[in-house]
Amino acid sequence: MLLALLALALIAVVLATPLIVRETGRRRARRRTEKAAAREGLDLPLYDPGRERRAEQRARELLRSCVNAEEWAMYRDLGFIRVGGKHTRRDADRSSVGPAYAYLIYAHKPIVAFVPGSGQLLSEYCVEFPDLTGSGGRHRLPASDDVLAKWMALTSDEDRVIGRANMHLVGRQLDPARIRRDLWRLAEWERRRKRRRQAPGRKQSARPTARGRLSDSE
Amino acid sequence: MKPGHGEILLAEGDLEVREEEERLIEEFRRQLDEGMWAAVPTTHPGSGRREAQLIKAYGDIPAGADRVIFFPRASGG
Repeated sequence: MLLALLALALIAVVLATPLIVRETGRRRARRRTEKAAAREGLDLPLYDPGRERRAEQRARELLRSCVNAEEWAMYRDLGFIRVGGKHTRRDADRSSVGPAYAYLIYAHKPIVAFVPGSGQLLSEYCVEFPDLTGSGGRHRLPASDDVLAKWMALTSDEDRVIGRANMHLVGRQLDPARIRRDLWRLAEWERRRKRRRQAPGRKQSARPTARGRLSDSE
Repeated sequence: MKPGHGEILLAEGDLEVREEEERLIEEFRRQLDEGMWAAVPTTHPGSGRREAQLIKAYGDIPAGADRVIFFPRASGG
């Protein structure tokens, strides 16, 4: 009788062993998952409300150190930069004073091509500098870094960046009336700067100029 | 330039010191392998205007350049 009971117990243990092993494995896996989740939760970066502002301040300093003084002043005062196009279509364009066409670079907005002489709007080029770090494209460059990236891309290899951009007629993303207003603001700004250069002493004593440190303009 | 962060110093070193230059080369290649574009701000010799020079190989970096800026490659938006 005892022998039969022992035999039954042995059979029961043998039959239950795979179930026990499977359940133990499941529990271990569950514990591993829970630990990883807890670890990820602890590793989540705390939200820093000043990070983006500091990043933008660094970006403005970097932009200032790279572009021409006039371009920096333009960005500081007007919020965009004008870059001349390098190509010419006709010989007549080559002999003219300025470039045959130019671009307006805005932060996180399409690049706009226009004719400087007439103010005619040509097209808008949608271009972005996506996050390559694998964070799912959640982040984008600070505004001034976006402007600098476009400036570097246009002044170094215009064809490359224009070739990669999506070209549309002006009006798809940007309001043509606003661009025309910006061109008018730019013309006024240049006129004021020219006048100021011609009579610097008188102008400075009359009212403060737009020149100054970064902190002054923010 | 890193999205979400802005400017980040990746590496710096003295080109006269071999180990430091090797570190710079390694970082340069790593950035290009990750798909970044590299550029050096320069001054046009004729007009004196500032412009950028796109750098595709470490050897293309102009002598005297004090920094190379990496930024994500452009794509249609």
